[in-house]
Amino acid sequence: MSETLIAVERLDKTFGARWALRDVTFNVAQGEIVALVGPNGAGKTTLLRIIGTLARPNAGQIRIGKIPLAEHPNSARAAIGFVGHQTFMYDDLTAWENLNFYARLYDLPNISQRIRQVAARVGIENRLNDVTRTLSRGLQQRLTIARMLLHEPAVLLLDEPYTGLDQVAADLLDQIMADAKPEGRAVLFSTHDLERGLAICDRAIVLKAGRVVHDLSRGAWRNLAGFMEIYARVLEERK
Amino acid sequence: MKFLRQVLAIVQKDLAAELRTKENLSAMVVFALLVLVIFNFAFELQGVDITVLGSGVLWVAFTFSGILGLGRSFAAEKDKGSLEGVLLSPVDRGAVFLGKATSNFLFITVMEAVTLPLFALLNNVGMPWFPLIPYILLGTLGFAAMGTLLSAVAASTKMREVMLPILLFPVSIPLLMAAVKLTGGALQARAFADVSNWFNILIVYDVIFLVVAFWVFEYVVEE
Repeated sequence: MSETLIAVERLDKTFGARWALRDVTFNVAQGEIVALVGPNGAGKTTLLRIIGTLARPNAGQIRIGKIPLAEHPNSARAAIGFVGHQTFMYDDLTAWENLNFYARLYDLPNISQRIRQVAARVGIENRLNDVTRTLSRGLQQRLTIARMLLHEPAVLLLDEPYTGLDQVAADLLDQIMADAKPEGRAVLFSTHDLERGLAICDRAIVLKAGRVVHDLSRGAWRNLAGFMEIYARVLEERK
Repeated sequence: MKFLRQVLAIVQKDLAAELRTKENLSAMVVFALLVLVIFNFAFELQGVDITVLGSGVLWVAFTFSGILGLGRSFAAEKDKGSLEGVLLSPVDRGAVFLGKATSNFLFITVMEAVTLPLFALLNNVGMPWFPLIPYILLGTLGFAAMGTLLSAVAASTKMREVMLPILLFPVSIPLLMAAVKLTGGALQARAFADVSNWFNILIVYDVIFLVVAFWVFEYVVEE
């Protein structure tokens, strides 16, 4: 049986009087790819940010592998790779300098070798000496993905990762997520691109108004149309 | 050692970015020089003793141009979410603070290193480099430490350019008073015993600012 790499239990988060997440519970196992879907404001980004240690919940527990996030955040961070809405890159540094900086924060050994490996994997090995501000949005997103892979994390969290990617880069990202299965990583990503997201995921968690309203394994929907039927009902209930 | 390596990584990153653009340092140095030139014109007409008023002039130049650099310190980190990238890493928040505070201290010190000789030249005064430099460095240390913390606070607000001086100057008054008195004492070649109380105050505020900012920083940068 695969080890649970992300365990979220009874998570609550409020912003003032508004509930952003309410009683959210789910697990993601090693080698599993899980899509988070839901309408705008459903809580997808907030959930990923809390698991990524960028925000704190009001209640509930999260474990990354066997590590309780609240008690050992730095140990958990070392096991998490995160792609968010922003690139996390310094515009005035080169791609190499950016990756080198993050590699040093992760205290990695053999940094030069590791940078070359991840750069080759995302196809930016020839652009490493370019200043980041001169790279296109798509290349910057590839650089962000390289940063996510730099420390070989067990858990990948991706918030709308297809944003700004061209077809080739989106296919590359799909390949990286697909490779996560044999590599034994757990992947949790949010997306509004249901066609692409559902094609690659093993499970889809539907969030609505901060609650998990469906947790569907691949067998629960036969095709995109089947899933859209379920999803349309969720959106309809919202009205 | 890992902690120090992470601090060093942050400092080197800031220096590399600044060396490439020179935006912060050039703005700070030009502003400080403008302050000196304006005061120089004003005092020349009045015929005042520069050893009496010089310390105030210097610290006006240091703090106002220093705040330009401090303001950009975390604004640049926020622009592309790079601060979040740092916070996602397994790095102690204290290391982030120390790295940023060290960078800010170095930038302000470089600006001061350019400003001081020009002050001597414009006012035709001999500079008692010792103990002047230690006094200025100690004043800068506390100012950079508290400035780094409050720059992180201000960067999270909508009016960050306005917010930083509003937050920093009132908090820094005791430290700046001590720094001005010590600098004045050095310019007037007064004995250390005459200003030792101000020296003690400066040391105490340096320690308080460093310790408080180090511990509070985590709560400021985390959501």
